Amino acid sequence: MADKSKDEILHDHNHDGIDRRGFLKCMAWAGTGAFCVMQGGVLKSYSLSGLTGLKAKEIKGELSFVQISDSHMGFNKPANTDVAGTLKAAIDKINALPTAPGFILHTGDITHLSKPEEFDGVDQLLKSASAKDVFYVPGEHDVIGDDGKQYLERYGKNTKGAGWYSFDQKGVHFIGLVNVMNLKAGGLGSLGNEQLEWMENDVKHLSKSTPIVVFAHIPLWSVYPEWGWGTDDSAQALGYLKKFGSVTVLNGHIHQTMQKVEGNVTFHTAASTAFPQPKPGEAPSPGPMKVPAEQLRSLLGIRDVNYVQGKHALGVTDSTLE
Amino acid sequence: MKRTVLTLGFAALAIVAIMMASRSRSFGATVDDKPATQVKIDNFVFSPNPITVPAGTTIRWTNQDDIPHNVVSDDKSFKSKALDTDETFTYTFTKPGTYSYFCSIHPKMTGKIVVQ
Repeated sequence: MADKSKDEILHDHNHDGIDRRGFLKCMAWAGTGAFCVMQGGVLKSYSLSGLTGLKAKEIKGELSFVQISDSHMGFNKPANTDVAGTLKAAIDKINALPTAPGFILHTGDITHLSKPEEFDGVDQLLKSASAKDVFYVPGEHDVIGDDGKQYLERYGKNTKGAGWYSFDQKGVHFIGLVNVMNLKAGGLGSLGNEQLEWMENDVKHLSKSTPIVVFAHIPLWSVYPEWGWGTDDSAQALGYLKKFGSVTVLNGHIHQTMQKVEGNVTFHTAASTAFPQPKPGEAPSPGPMKVPAEQLRSLLGIRDVNYVQGKHALGVTDSTLE
Repeated sequence: MKRTVLTLGFAALAIVAIMMASRSRSFGATVDDKPATQVKIDNFVFSPNPITVPAGTTIRWTNQDDIPHNVVSDDKSFKSKALDTDETFTYTFTKPGTYSYFCSIHPKMTGKIVVQ
């Protein structure tokens, strides 16, 4: 991806990370680019400019994948009347990456209204991606009206329950979680007991040096509960991951990039490929944010993640669709 | 000319009759001529909320957001489909009681209807 001098992150930390208490925040808001390397659960972040040398050395690894999110196929309101076009731009961006990704994670809200033609549209566009394997988790927009039946028919093969599953790639253990089903009045995202029990068993026998990547639609940390940006029982899920040295959590839902480190866990939310949403609390509601047309693609994006074996590190690079 | 006017008149009557008939069907036994009470969905909020209405009142929810919402009672006794922008859902409350509802897509959005 191209470095841009205007890319900068708001907080540039170089954490020592050891025994650090409380929340360490590293936020890279929508429209910015961040390069992050995690070592032993510590995120080091740098602005994208002036990174060229480091990227070549540090990011090239055994495993590389891309996260995209919130493509909202079918959305046609003023915030973006061409979501197919911006998804196509995201795929072009993926295809232009210097290291071809092994696969794509889609962290939900594939569609806007769970319509068959919306799912078909995304499937069709993703056929042109360099990476052929796409791993999904559903967003709340993918399970509207049928409790996720159609989603499961399309993407639920080899999954459990409402569509959760795990798999291993090059020594990294990936866990796809569903936190958009059976939501309760007044509540946040929810994993539910059946899924939590499954997850506890899924990680029980893994060695603590196994790098873990958890992906789900709604953030598994409390980004902004007032807008529903959190998951009620995420603490229990994260509790099962305490023994692991390296845990990376990838979410979507909030249509902007944001990061946080808490102990051994690094949390990232991804940009949407469809439309931006406001920063927490900076608008009357989290609805689609209309920006001047020339700015739109600077607020949408993809995420490239690289794992370097032995270095115990996951490098995370967010880039916009410009 | 006169004939055309008459035909139009009959057509208008027919339309009114059909509308009345469809109202009867959708509103069940509690048909009257009162217009529906409006609840708008705007900026992820139901308003007015809460509201108190007499038994037999029909509520019409209209989604004014650019994001779909739905209207689901906590006990699942009524449930709309996902309402896209400007779509509506109506429900007639025949029995007194307190009805709590929410948007199951954005469960932070909650509302209450008190039927007297």
